[in-house]
Amino acid sequence: MTGQSLLAWISAAITFGTVIMFGCIGETLNEKAGGLNLGTPGVMMLGGIASLAGAFFYENVVTAPNPLICVIISLLCCLLACSLAGLLYGFFTITLRANQNVTGLTLTMIGTGIANFFGGSLVKLSGGVGQINVAATSRAFKVGIPVLSTKLGIVSKLLFDYGWLTYVVLAMAFRMQYFFNKTRTGLNLRAVGENPATADAAGINVTKYKYAACTIGSAIAGIGGLYYVMDYVKGTWSNDSGIEALGWLAVALVIFTSWKPANATWGAYLFGFCYWVYLYIPGSISNVLMKLFKVQRSTYMQNLYKMIPYLVTIVVLILVSSRKKRENQAPASLGISYFREDR
Amino acid sequence: MERFDDMDNNCAIQLKNITKSFGSVKANQHVSFDIRKHEVLAILGENGSGKTTVMNMLAGIYYPDEGEIFVNGKQVTIKDPKDAFDLGIGMIHQHYKLIDVFTALENIVLGLEPEEKNDMAAARKKVNDICERYGFEIDLDMKVYDMTVSQKQTLEIIKVLYRGADILILDEPTAVLTPQEITKLFAILKNMRRDGKAIVIITHKLNEVMEISDRVTILRKGEYIGTVNTSETNENELTEMMVGEKIVLDIARDFVEEKHKRLEVKHLTVINKDGKRVVDDVTFDLFSGEVLGIAGISGSGQKELLEAIMGLQKPEEGSSVVYYSTAHGVHELVGLSTREIISHGLHLAFVPEDRLGMGLVGNMGMTDNVMLKRYRKGKGPFLHRSQPQQMAVKIRDELEVDTPSLDYPVRRLSGGNVQKVLVGREINNKPTVLMTAYAVRGLDINTSYAIYNLLNEQKKRGVAVVYVGEDLDVLMALSDRILVLCNGRVNGILDGRTAVKEEVGLLMTHLKEGN
Repeated sequence: MTGQSLLAWISAAITFGTVIMFGCIGETLNEKAGGLNLGTPGVMMLGGIASLAGAFFYENVVTAPNPLICVIISLLCCLLACSLAGLLYGFFTITLRANQNVTGLTLTMIGTGIANFFGGSLVKLSGGVGQINVAATSRAFKVGIPVLSTKLGIVSKLLFDYGWLTYVVLAMAFRMQYFFNKTRTGLNLRAVGENPATADAAGINVTKYKYAACTIGSAIAGIGGLYYVMDYVKGTWSNDSGIEALGWLAVALVIFTSWKPANATWGAYLFGFCYWVYLYIPGSISNVLMKLFKVQRSTYMQNLYKMIPYLVTIVVLILVSSRKKRENQAPASLGISYFREDR
Repeated sequence: MERFDDMDNNCAIQLKNITKSFGSVKANQHVSFDIRKHEVLAILGENGSGKTTVMNMLAGIYYPDEGEIFVNGKQVTIKDPKDAFDLGIGMIHQHYKLIDVFTALENIVLGLEPEEKNDMAAARKKVNDICERYGFEIDLDMKVYDMTVSQKQTLEIIKVLYRGADILILDEPTAVLTPQEITKLFAILKNMRRDGKAIVIITHKLNEVMEISDRVTILRKGEYIGTVNTSETNENELTEMMVGEKIVLDIARDFVEEKHKRLEVKHLTVINKDGKRVVDDVTFDLFSGEVLGIAGISGSGQKELLEAIMGLQKPEEGSSVVYYSTAHGVHELVGLSTREIISHGLHLAFVPEDRLGMGLVGNMGMTDNVMLKRYRKGKGPFLHRSQPQQMAVKIRDELEVDTPSLDYPVRRLSGGNVQKVLVGREINNKPTVLMTAYAVRGLDINTSYAIYNLLNEQKKRGVAVVYVGEDLDVLMALSDRILVLCNGRVNGILDGRTAVKEEVGLLMTHLKEGN
């Protein structure tokens, strides 16, 4: 394996990891308050299309788009759309106490549908498939860390030459971990997810916390969709629901990290590595594996490689549950609606 | 007039005409009484008399349908637990409201606004002050899931005091404690009373009422019956007020002449997943027409013994349980699954101690719960509801189960009614061996007697009854023979008619030499 392709692999893993890390942090926040939001893939789709639409219309109206305004507009559109989706999820599961799995899956379908519908419209407006392009906004999001991203040769390329959201999400992951473990608000939030009746009896406004968690959590997850559109696929759109596929990995990553956002800072990249194995694995190793598993074609092998992140998640689940450490388990009331007068 | 004012000042809470219903079940009807400072008030009543419900309204868990609440003379509305805290009301629930994965300190500060920057250190100091003042002992960094029941209760009380509660409500605080722990708790309650706090304990243990309380308020079927000074009353009077009629305290124990061997348990051993021998080489016979009481301090292997006989636990090699049936011959039960035991035509009935976990499905009604044990009896692929329904009607009428309808989720019934449904279902399956574990746990006196009568009736019908119980007096009055378990071993089998309480107590706590 050449250094060049290893570098490309790392780079691909990091951009991939950034998308799912946003999704993972958002979903973790949601789940820590007891909301199992399986709508996260849909929310990320919405985040992607909303930011794209915002950027698209801004770039179409102005002749020389200002990068800062590009960033602000697309971020605002993304956050607004995803908060609304989170709020909708909250209204159904918290106020109406609907089943969380059904609501979440429906939200994914709706989100994907809306995103692909408007994605198609935008493609048409821009004159055909592959024509859509928000170059200015994409460029604004791809700005790396100044100085460090150019001056250090290979180190720059390896560590500092990614879009700035890559570093934002890392900071966010550690901040979230700090929030859960070191702040009173975080303590209250975890209590809501562990045992809402207890939290309620302790005077915590369970409904408020749950709503806040699913709204903010969805907004954070949505930025993953924005990053996918602006950085990962460089400001284009195709109706292949690629974000949704990554969204499910983000949900799996929450389990992989055992609900600790700090673990996502390496877990997400590990998932990225695993995901791209099929492109970067040296041919010699792949040939051996093909013989070993009696696989005829390399495309079949690719599909096997793509399962690796999920296999890793299952292995982690088995390991974690066999160790029976209470701190590594899912929040105790995850997926259960809370009603105070229920006996 | 002056005295009247003084009484008003001394009054922490006044309840006036409080009414609360759940669906069509009236939990409280026009309840009025006061709670005073510097005193321990006991709220006494049978199961389902609405004791906990009325207190939950003070704690902000439920909201009254009608009526007024005055705290320190001012009319208040308690919408949620936060309002209750702000008024200085703290309740320690029967099921502790603690977060398992949090430490003691984290549980204490939960839901509070931090007072200053380095608030955890300040909180720790404040908690230590409270502990010193009232005499609590606690490790603040211990996780709740590592705590004993008593430690959890201590934590709950500290939590409430930390929030500045002046009015403490304890829901059956002694139900799960050992005698030493109860003594400790009562000492702390006395310290708090001296400190001017108003303390309410909800209970149905009369001896504790007499020991700790200053006044007793009695509720019956959701209605207020009266309040008396503890020093001016006695247990008989309280019982009368509580149940409305004088009950005979004797439990019937008929002698059945004709006895056949039903079960022969030999060298039964169960090792749990921690490697402990929870049932250790247990050998005994069980006969029809007798009640075999199983005594032992809790956790001596009672539950595992019954479960092993039922095929719910895997016994070790060398264990043998032989069942002698009059109609179907002799069968070895070890190695059979629970379903096979039933399909063999063997009638074992099991009343698990965890009523809603293992016994019944909480969200289903009576009919469906009855059907759970019968659904294979129907023909064809569809369920036949008519027979189970008839049986449910029979259980409801014979055992006086208080339920709005047969399809009302059993989880919403009171503890006693749930137990009646469970025992009724087992008896209606016409068992030849009926095993019950803690059949009267948490039940009031009347319901308990109803259950004892049911068991006695079964005995007279020739059923072999196994009764695992906690109350030694009941066990000794009900059982024909008493098997005492100690550390999973049989430490003696006594005749129930001649056994002496001290002897049983000794066998429960001290393993005999050479055993």
